[in-house]
Amino acid sequence: MQKYSIFNLVKNAFSNHENWDLAWKDPTPKEEYDVVIIGGGGHGLATAYYLAKEHKITKVAIIEKGWIGGGNVGRNTTIIRSNYMHDENGLFSEFGMDLWRKMSQDLNYNVMFSPRGIINLAHSDAQMNAYARRGNSMRLNGIDAVLLNREQVKEIIPMADFSENVRFPIFGGLMQPSAGTARHDAVAWGYARQADSMGVDIIQNCEVIGFDVSAGKINGIRTSRGNIKAKKVGLCVAGSTNILAEKLNMTLPIETHLLQACVSEPVKPVLDNVVTFGAGHFYVSQSDKGEMVMGGDLDGYNSYAQRGNLPTLQHVLTEGIAMMPFLSKLKMLRTWGGIMDMSMDGSPIIDKTHIEGLYLNCGWCYGGFKATPASGWTFAHTIAQDRVHELNAGYGLNRFSTGHLIDEKGLGTKTWIS
Amino acid sequence: MLYIKCPHCGMRPQTEFSYGGDASVKRPELNKDISDQEWDDFVYNRKSLRGKHLELWQHISGCRQWIKVERDTSTHEIFRTFRADEEVA
Repeated sequence: MQKYSIFNLVKNAFSNHENWDLAWKDPTPKEEYDVVIIGGGGHGLATAYYLAKEHKITKVAIIEKGWIGGGNVGRNTTIIRSNYMHDENGLFSEFGMDLWRKMSQDLNYNVMFSPRGIINLAHSDAQMNAYARRGNSMRLNGIDAVLLNREQVKEIIPMADFSENVRFPIFGGLMQPSAGTARHDAVAWGYARQADSMGVDIIQNCEVIGFDVSAGKINGIRTSRGNIKAKKVGLCVAGSTNILAEKLNMTLPIETHLLQACVSEPVKPVLDNVVTFGAGHFYVSQSDKGEMVMGGDLDGYNSYAQRGNLPTLQHVLTEGIAMMPFLSKLKMLRTWGGIMDMSMDGSPIIDKTHIEGLYLNCGWCYGGFKATPASGWTFAHTIAQDRVHELNAGYGLNRFSTGHLIDEKGLGTKTWIS
Repeated sequence: MLYIKCPHCGMRPQTEFSYGGDASVKRPELNKDISDQEWDDFVYNRKSLRGKHLELWQHISGCRQWIKVERDTSTHEIFRTFRADEEVA
């Protein structure tokens, strides 16, 4: 593989940049693989990369119905954080933060990781107490957390509404300074390029139409481009998890819902951090191009549509304007939607299944993008070793029947309520 | 904007309704032995169908009645609506 470097950049300049290698090949599916990963999104590509890099398993195929990076890894709001209270989520995400920090060097691909900090705003004394508790839990797990009072928040984000007579006055906030954003597409492309260079077959425009299971063991998959034998199969298909689970006669604690995001027209730098509204569900950051990147609630009904409805967008942006009134002056540039695999406790599932050789990675709810490296790393471990790693031991599929839920969000079973 | 025909009030915008999830989920019967698996299925496990989906909505800013709605989860088209106590074939 051609290394991306200043020397190669100069060298290729002499041939008008016409002789660069393709970043990844377009192979025809082989008859058999050691591991087949279904889903060429961030998590699937990362899984294949870590299978090859950490476990030296390179007879791997990624099967993608559309094109790689065309689902949620290309549709998210690029936020990376580990500001969780519970150990399972905190330790898992902080492990991921380490991978994020090294990612550009590791992948030889600039993922533009920008640790600009995230601030969750608090709008009452009770919320400040809850944030103090969460911040303390984070620090016990080695995650940076700073509790900010009103004046400190005002210094960082003076454009927020600090007037006295607002419905939700800003009392303070919880900040994770090491959190940030990254270029989402680059993450998918960087993993794809490295995985491809280590021998992974990235097979696009190939739909999985069935599974070959006998005597409780997976033998392969049936696809629109023929049957593929596989010793192990990993599912990494986010919002499409239930569609594939149905083909396996599995019913999962997952519902697929629609989540929208939007960007404004680009403006001069105004917001340095990621900021979330504490009295509702709204978050905003500013992209390198200057667009305000915003998102919030689910549309609130089961959907596979990948396109949203205006009432939810209006509701979300009303919260945004309550938090930062200047947003009302901006024109909207784009809105879009993606389909989320909403789990019943708001936390993901990375586990083996009752079918030997079949592994499950789903339930990412609102937070799939930031989990990409940690999810790929632990899922690769789970597949390669046929046992879960201690980092994803809490993300078992059977935690719902045994009652070991990770109640980070306190949602209950109404996944669409936030 | 979705428009939902409430069987009691007629056609109304989606903002008057709140969602109640899969209407095909049945609570295990009382006074019977119920396995953990049955409880698990009732409380957590969902088919989350792509295509026709029978679901509960409540006309919360209208007559406040629960209703059933048959809707396509990939196109958002609404086919039929029913009273909550109607059996849907």
